[in-house]
Amino acid sequence: MLVLGVFIGAFLSAKLSGQFQGDWVPTKWAATFGETPFTRWIVTLIGGIVMGIGARWAGGCTSSHGISGTLQLNVGSWLAAMCFFIGGIATAMVIFKVFTR
Amino acid sequence: MLTTLHTRKGLQLGLGSVIGIVFGFLLQKGGATKYDVIIGQLLLSDFIVVKIMLSAMVMGMIGVYFFRGLGMAWLHSKPGSLGSTVVGGLIFGVGFGFLGYCPGTMAGAVGQGSLVALFGGIAGMLIGVGLFLGMYPKLERGIFNRGYFGELTLPQLLKVNPWWVIVPVAIGVTALLYWIDRSGL
Repeated sequence: MLVLGVFIGAFLSAKLSGQFQGDWVPTKWAATFGETPFTRWIVTLIGGIVMGIGARWAGGCTSSHGISGTLQLNVGSWLAAMCFFIGGIATAMVIFKVFTR
Repeated sequence: MLTTLHTRKGLQLGLGSVIGIVFGFLLQKGGATKYDVIIGQLLLSDFIVVKIMLSAMVMGMIGVYFFRGLGMAWLHSKPGSLGSTVVGGLIFGVGFGFLGYCPGTMAGAVGQGSLVALFGGIAGMLIGVGLFLGMYPKLERGIFNRGYFGELTLPQLLKVNPWWVIVPVAIGVTALLYWIDRSGL
């Protein structure tokens, strides 16, 4: 229900501010890797699979560990949040800086 | 107050969806449902995501511990181990870098109209969770027990009253946010 709520809330906010737009390839991705939807789709699918495994493995995500857990001063959540960003920054840097041009 | 809520499933679900709507609305307003914003954070070129997370964390920390002091709320800490938290966190991070969304902001991105978040990201996550289920029995007996530290909070670790941690963390994070903002990030 919470996830459905997030979907509805974001939809309302985007619609009300005129930002709702169906699209496949985000601007920053297109600027580096081109407009082809297939490339973005494949990378997103792989990312989703890896993230799904990681979220279950670590027992939480950026909201549950990253916000809800860190604010309760849970040691594990602080560790998890740091690892999310270490992994995320390293991966984003590699795909954007190394594999392009 | 909050203890009685957990016994009433219908009310809890209803409240969950209302909170979800507000959370989604504010995530979109803050910009965190956009790939460009999240990948900008991971490439360290803009700090909107860190600003949202840290300000939410400071407010929530003070709020939760305040209400806990009044006996109106209690903590929901999750037990962890190095094998599950650190290794899982790094795997999650790799997915995060590929996707440019996390699970919550991805639901928001779909709400905002991102088709790739729906047919790529959400589809992928369902596959990932399925694969995890297959691996679970092995992981549970093995790596999840490595470096087990259980339910542990920073005040417990340091053996001090929680407010000895809350006040310095709140001041430190506020100073950090101020510095990030002043640096124009």
